[in-house]
Formats: sequence, C-alpha cells, structure tokens
Amino acid sequence: MEQQILTLYDWIVKLSSSNLIALIVVITLPLVFLMVYALVAILGELKISAFIQERLGPMRTGPWGIIQPVAEVVKLLQKEDITPDAANKPLFNMAPFLMFTAAYAGFAVIPFSSHFVPAGINLGLFYIFAMGSLAVIGLVMGGWASNNKYSLLGALRSVAQIISYEIPAAIVILTIVVLASSMNLQVINANQGGWFWNWYLFGGPGTAWKLIIIPVTFSMFLLYLVASLAETNRTPFDIPEGESELVAGYHTEYSGMKFAMFFFAEYANMFVVAALISILFFGGWNSPFGDFMNGPIWGVFWFISKSFVFVFVQIWLRWTLPRLRVDQLMGVTWKVMTPIAFICFFAIGLWLMFN
Amino acid sequence: MGETKKVEFEYSQIDSERMRLNVGPQHPSTHGVLRLEVELDGEIVTEVIPHIGYLHRCFEKHCEKMTYPQVIPYIDRMDYICAMNNEWPYVMGIEKLMGIEVPEKVEYIRVIFAELNRIANHQIAIATFGLDAGAFTPFLYLFRDREFILSIFEKASGGRLLYNYYWVGGLAADVHKEFKEDVLSIVKQVRETNKEIADLLLYNKIFIERVANVGILPADVAISYGCSGPVARGSGLAFDLRKDAPYSIYDRFDFDVVTGHGEVGTVGDCFDRNIVRFHEMEQSCRIIEQAIEQMPMDGDVREKLPKKIRPPKGEIYTKAENPKGELGFYIVSNGTDKPERIKSRGTSFVNLSVLPEISKGYLFADLIMILGSVDIVLGEVDR
Repeated sequence: MEQQILTLYDWIVKLSSSNLIALIVVITLPLVFLMVYALVAILGELKISAFIQERLGPMRTGPWGIIQPVAEVVKLLQKEDITPDAANKPLFNMAPFLMFTAAYAGFAVIPFSSHFVPAGINLGLFYIFAMGSLAVIGLVMGGWASNNKYSLLGALRSVAQIISYEIPAAIVILTIVVLASSMNLQVINANQGGWFWNWYLFGGPGTAWKLIIIPVTFSMFLLYLVASLAETNRTPFDIPEGESELVAGYHTEYSGMKFAMFFFAEYANMFVVAALISILFFGGWNSPFGDFMNGPIWGVFWFISKSFVFVFVQIWLRWTLPRLRVDQLMGVTWKVMTPIAFICFFAIGLWLMFN
Repeated sequence: MGETKKVEFEYSQIDSERMRLNVGPQHPSTHGVLRLEVELDGEIVTEVIPHIGYLHRCFEKHCEKMTYPQVIPYIDRMDYICAMNNEWPYVMGIEKLMGIEVPEKVEYIRVIFAELNRIANHQIAIATFGLDAGAFTPFLYLFRDREFILSIFEKASGGRLLYNYYWVGGLAADVHKEFKEDVLSIVKQVRETNKEIADLLLYNKIFIERVANVGILPADVAISYGCSGPVARGSGLAFDLRKDAPYSIYDRFDFDVVTGHGEVGTVGDCFDRNIVRFHEMEQSCRIIEQAIEQMPMDGDVREKLPKKIRPPKGEIYTKAENPKGELGFYIVSNGTDKPERIKSRGTSFVNLSVLPEISKGYLFADLIMILGSVDIVLGEVDR
C-alpha cells in the first residue's frame, strides 16, 4: 500500500521489541477466532435450523442451549477413533488434518481490519484460491484411503464438483481484480472506502456512469455466491456427502476427532467464502456509512458481521432447498455459470476500456 | 415445463469393472431394513436386486395360533404407518363371514379414520421423499401435522401408532365429544400445510429437476407387476378400490380418483407418483368433510360386537384401498375361534417388486428417489 500504516504486527513489535512474539500473536489470532467462530456457527446452525423448522433446538445444555457446541466437541473427543482394517492408514490419518490445514491456511490473507491482516501478500486472492483447491486433495485422500465404496463415490463426485465450480468463481474474482487492479485483499478493501455505493456490488467507486455495470456486478455476486456454495459442499450442492445416497460421502468411515476435523474444516471454509464475498462485493471492513463507526477496531466489527450474514445465508439455504443431482450440478456450472461469468468478464473489460 | 426430456446416460465405453454396491439394510434411505444389491457402472445403475426378509416376523403363521381378535394387533404391525387402514379389510372379511351388519355410526367413523390415516401416510410418504432429495424442512412440517392426526387417534383408541381400534362388528371405543370440530380443524391445517409444501418442495425447480422423467413406470408394466395405489395411479391407471369395488359406505361420497398425467415430464415418473399422493390428500379431506356432515353422533359403536367370534366354515378374500394400494386378506375359517389360514396381499411387497424394472439406466441418486417414490414400509414387505 502507498502509505505505511501501523499494523497490529508493527505495534506488537514496538511493544515487545521481538519479531517472534509478534509473529506468533499474528498467527494465533485467526486460529483463536476460528475456534470461537466454529462454536458460534455450530450453535447458529442448530438454532437457525430449529427456527426454520419450528423446533426449539438444543435447550438443555446451558441457558438457551448455548453450551451445546462445547458439548458436541467433548462428545467427539471421547469417541473411539476407529481406523478401518482395510484402510490405507497413513493417508487415512492425514486426510482430515490436510483438509483443516488447507481451510486454516486460507485465513492467512484475510484482512480482519485495515490494521490487521496476518500476511498482507500481494497475491492474496490467488493464494486463497490455491488453498481452496488444496482441500480437494484432502477429500480424495480421505475417500480413497477409507476403502469404502460410498467414500470413493463421494470423493470422486467432490473432485469433479469443486474443480468445475472453481472456474466460474475464478472468473468472477478475476473481474474484481480487473476492477481493483490488484490482487491484494487490503487494496481491494481500501478501494471500496466511503459510503456503501462504493462497494463493488454497486460497481465500485466512480461516477454515476457506473450505474450501467451494476447489473453485471450484481450477477457476478450471485454467481460467486452459488459457486461458493458448491465449493463448500453445502446444500443444494452437498452431493459429495449427500446423506440420502452416500451415507456421509468421503467421511463415512471417520469417527471421533478426525470426523471433527472434517466438520471444522467445513465450517472454516464456510467462513472463508463468506469473508471473500464480503471483501469482494461488500467493502470488507469498511463502514457502509462513510466515516460513521469507521476505523481499525470498528473494521473488525463490520467485517465479521458482514461475513456472518453470508454464513447465515449458507445455513438458511441448506435448510430450505433440496439437493441437485450430479449431472445437473455439472450442467449448471458448465452450461450456465461459466458462460455467464465470461460475459460478465467481457462486459467489465469493455466498460473499463471506454471509461 | 412438459418439454423436459429424459436424460439418457451412456454406459462406459471402456471395458471397466462394474462396482457392486450394497445399499442397506443400514442405510439412511432404504426406508427401513431393505437391502439392495446394486451394480454400478460409474454412477449408472445397471442392476438392482432387492433382498428382503430382515423384518420377517412370521405374521401369517402366528395368526394360525391366535384367536380372531388377537390377530388385529399383528395386522397393525404390518404397515405401521397406516394401521387403521390395515385393520379394516380384515375385520370386514370376518364380518362378512359372520354376516354382521355394523351400525351406521361405526361405518362413518371407520371412513373418517381411514381417510385421516391415509392423509398421515401420504404426509410421511411425501416427507421422506423430500428427505431423499435432501429437503429436510418440509419433512418436519409434515410430521408436525401428522402429530395432530395421531392425537385424534390417541383420543379414540389410546394408541398413537398401533391402534387395535377396528374390531369385528364395531369399534374398540367411541369417539370423544368434540370429535367433529377436531377433525375439521385438522382438515383445515392439512390444507394450509399442503399449500406451503407445494411451494416449498413439490413445485420447487430443483425438486422437479430431480424427479421429473425419472423412474418411468409405463401403465402396462404397472399392470403386469400388479401395482396398485398411487404407484399404479401415477402411471395413469384410474384404479381405486373405493370407486371400482365400493366397500363400506364409500359410494355415498363424492370424490375423484387422482391419476398422474405427466405434469412436468413423462406419465408415470417419480413426480407423478408423488403428486398423486399430494392430490389424494385433498380428496381425503373432501371425503372427511362429507362424512363429518352426514355422521350421526348418537349410537353405540359396541352394540354389534359379538360375544364369541367363531365364523362359520368357509373362506373369503376381502380387499380395501390402503394408502399404498390394494391390501387384501384371504381368510380360511374352520369353524373354531382360530383362523385356519390367513394370507395377506401386502401392498408394499407387490409394489416393491417393480423397483428393479424401473430403476435400470438411471443414476444412483435417482435409484434412491425411485425407491422413495414407490413408498414402501418394510413391516408390510416382510410381514
């Protein structure tokens, strides 16, 4: 960035005069956040699904059931860690951790505030995408090593699905990169400062002429929302783990803490894509109302609340929609989403050329 | 919508090994303890072999050692989703053997309870069918409504699932005082929820994509396999025992036989079988409303109960329209208080036999949908 701002990292270096401590703090903070977030999201999923279905949800563990996620984690910790005899043990044991690592690695470049991003590299978007693709390896590993036909089918499905959905998602992201002329997530965020009409959802900062491209940016947002649902294997695209067909897909054979890792990775991925949506289209840590409640600390608030809205959308869709079939899912991505994404890309290119 | 074409899947050209997949008896979507041996080419189903018998309880043999009234609770446990409907053909058969005329009020209560149970059955069928497609929420909406129906049954019989309520010559107990109002309020609730379900699930674009043109059962195949109920009606056959061979007092009511006509795809696909159930719920509501209007509230439902049930020597086959199709009992009496032989024509058993025929060439995910659309209860398949 142009002007050097005092980041959290610099501030801790100043305080403790040690790079190592600052590094550890900066690395650990997202992990702490992830743990807390996972608990909140699990409770959220339980409660939101309950409200959608006119139930109460968990009510016994703590007031209003708020300790339920903790109870679930404790339960999973106590469970026997079963490794099937026929499984390929090293791969079987590695897969859940690879999945979680890939999901957690994505957090490295997510800017929580204008003054805090664990690693402010210039290829931020590219990096997130690379880490998202790494998760596929974990899936295949788990599916193949379990030596279970359901797991294998689930793994094969998910590879096909995730790879196909990366294409429209990547093109949409590329469009934003073209608009922002940067792959650094901090720069993309900083570009959208000011009032909410400067968000890329509304065409980014610019004159009133940008009204022309608002339909394009809106459709880009929808495309990315759908693609991100498919990438995180959530309904209506939860085919790899479609429980009515494949029991539990690639994690059929997993139990105890290894299953919890898969579970964790899914929730972490949900947050990563929700965070990306809020960064790319909704101004990330910028306040929607100009200078009102703007700043590094408020930035965390805005960023997390915007992301949680999209986590909520994912949960909401999951408990509302039925699931697509494999061939239909592939049809949607290759026949509908990819061409539309290309058209959007082309339209934005034209607009930039004549602007 | 009618122009959506059936997707034809090509078998792999590579000479690859086919995978034999064991689905069930412990699998989320086999609706009980059904085991399917499936041969897959990639994801395409090439062969389905159902293996049954995991819930076999020797129902027919047991009956030979039981007195006639003692058989009724066993019959409840056949198709435990719609136990009221199950009891009916059995008691009707013995009444015919013994020449008992049941009172008017009993007939009306039997009709109302049978139709309420039909609604409850179709609610479960649609709910689990949606669940197979991954829609969890409509499942709970329908189950919530079913609870109201079960409460009415509980008030009358004391049981929520297994009633032992239709007795030879009458009923186990009379209905409560506010029976009519309660039933009408349920009918209202069912209609409201059905509207919601139609929007949320049945006419959802994703759902239609999943079920249209899948598992097509042509009418002639349905006849040759002996399918009945919504499975046959989904293929366009207007076969309904309530109209074709009216028993009890069904000839007094005005209702339509719903058939599938390929609303969004081909006649006889999963959507048609399912939508037939959906519209039948409305027809059941109509029957209930008419029955409630005509039903006399005074009278003793137990006045015709015989002291001793010893049908004269002879045999009889009685059938009734179960929610799942034609349920028949062949009863042989030897003049004692125990039946010589009871043979039941299990609806689910007959309907299940068509599964291998209609599920070849579809994807594995479709197989689950086809199984769901046939709507079986393993308690009745295995007996």
